[in-house]
Amino acid sequence: MGMTMAEKILASHSGRESVSPGEYVTAEIDVMMGNDITFADACRNLVDIGLTSFADPDKVVVCNDHRIPAMTARDAELQTRLREYAAQFGVKYFYDAGVGIEHTVLPEKGHAHPGHLIIGADSHTTTYGALAAAATGMGASELAYSMYKGSNWFQVPETINFVLEGDLAAGVSSKDVMLALLGKHTADKAQYMSIEFTGSGAAAMSVEARMTMSNIGVEMGAKFAMFAADDKTIAYLATRTDAKIEHFGPDADAVYVETHHMDCANLEPQVAFPHNPDNVKSISEVGDVPVQQAFIGSCTNSRTEDLERAAVILRGRKVAPGTRLLVIPSSQEVMMNVTKSGVLNDLVQAGAMIAPPGCGPCGGGSTGVLGAGENGIASTNRNFKGRMGSPDAFNHLASPETVAASAIEGKIADPRKYLN
Amino acid sequence: MTLTGRVWRFGDDVNTDVIAPGIYMKSPLQELAEHCLESVDASFASSVQSGDIIVSGKNFGMGSSREQAAQVLEHLGVAAVIAPSFGGIFYRNAFNWGLPAIVCAAVNGIEMSQRIEVDLAGGSITNLDSGISVASDAIPDHLMGLIDAGGLVPYLEKKLKD
Repeated sequence: MGMTMAEKILASHSGRESVSPGEYVTAEIDVMMGNDITFADACRNLVDIGLTSFADPDKVVVCNDHRIPAMTARDAELQTRLREYAAQFGVKYFYDAGVGIEHTVLPEKGHAHPGHLIIGADSHTTTYGALAAAATGMGASELAYSMYKGSNWFQVPETINFVLEGDLAAGVSSKDVMLALLGKHTADKAQYMSIEFTGSGAAAMSVEARMTMSNIGVEMGAKFAMFAADDKTIAYLATRTDAKIEHFGPDADAVYVETHHMDCANLEPQVAFPHNPDNVKSISEVGDVPVQQAFIGSCTNSRTEDLERAAVILRGRKVAPGTRLLVIPSSQEVMMNVTKSGVLNDLVQAGAMIAPPGCGPCGGGSTGVLGAGENGIASTNRNFKGRMGSPDAFNHLASPETVAASAIEGKIADPRKYLN
Repeated sequence: MTLTGRVWRFGDDVNTDVIAPGIYMKSPLQELAEHCLESVDASFASSVQSGDIIVSGKNFGMGSSREQAAQVLEHLGVAAVIAPSFGGIFYRNAFNWGLPAIVCAAVNGIEMSQRIEVDLAGGSITNLDSGISVASDAIPDHLMGLIDAGGLVPYLEKKLKD
């Protein structure tokens, strides 16, 4: 019987010929990732019980991204602990404040490969599924355990197959596809499952567009959210790693628990309303919703192509009075790309505030949170009550294009009218 | 192992960010715990008592990997969380902090403040007020090991000593 990508990876990493959904395996892990919220806690857990080394420190990647630059002395001191632990445990791949958000940085720096098993102490670790890695989030204690042992237990998930068909219209992007899937299937559709995105629509997406889909896969409950590795994957990684990257995908006779087809060609821009990513409406159903803040950022939707598409909307236009536009490029590499291309200039000319690469307000930890009574629209992944500031604020999720159009109008707006 | 406790009843999709709000994540655990679930039930953190049991709708703990969501519940004395399904990361985090997360499809008859008895290994929940028993999923052995040890790090420490 054929295997899905998740089954192939869990089998190969646990020394098995094959595995089936529901089985428990102990699997060797290729990459373990921690950040400024979780890595120091993980190390302290080990030190407290007398453990001072990792199984293989070169499999550990640490990013300082959530609360940078430090806003308080306490933040700065916590980051000092982070650097001390990274040095103590011999972590070579330590990306300090300014390099970027973990889920942009790990792919950029060539750490995530097709066929890898990756864990990260951050839920959006599913992002690396865009590169055909089985990647999932865990808590800090399990990061500690995994870094010490080099392995961990997994229950082999069932796999759900989303077949994407048709070309997206101008002004509609992969964020809209994922929000539409969330709206239709709800936030626990893929609970405990692996997702595979397949079909001509998946093949047509760029690697960056796939990262947006895999990133928000976790909002559907998914353990992994994967695309097969194709020529685009190989091209993306060619300059980023010396490893030999090959095509990787499910067996032709892989067994899926469910298969759903989605027509991308007729999709409108989508918006998730407060306070859940599955509370989704098409832009034509939105009505009049004023926004005080528009935010383009986060590990979901702030890569080079995301900012380029936003700039097309904003070029030669101005942010509406009474609305602020915050743009946080998700890495130094993205920042350099948009600086060279003139995209950054377009954004600033339109009135955008630019903050240094990092998570920003998305998780409530840094610059740009919402106050009580405010409406926001953001290219992020979660609009849970109180996540991005006050519990009495109202945050909406959309594509970078829709956020840009909303900044221009001061209310939630359809980006397609700015593309003629 | 059997637990008996008073029920706190919540609905579907209780997420990590309302259990452990992001704006208090930098604060000491005690302060974070004071805000646990406040936007769902403002009385919870101040009224919950050691041994109380949370019974929730589907997808409890959806969202973030922050293990503080499990840690604050354990800190406040919650003895177990019962739901038809859990956010996958929360589910593991709960056991990693010694907090049993019990999957039970038939929670509908269990109401706020009722007393229930939970048989973890046997897989049953008895409503002591109504007398009705329902089946729950038995907790797998390797996760019972984490409960017995008091969490993943104590489990690892115990294994190193053995």
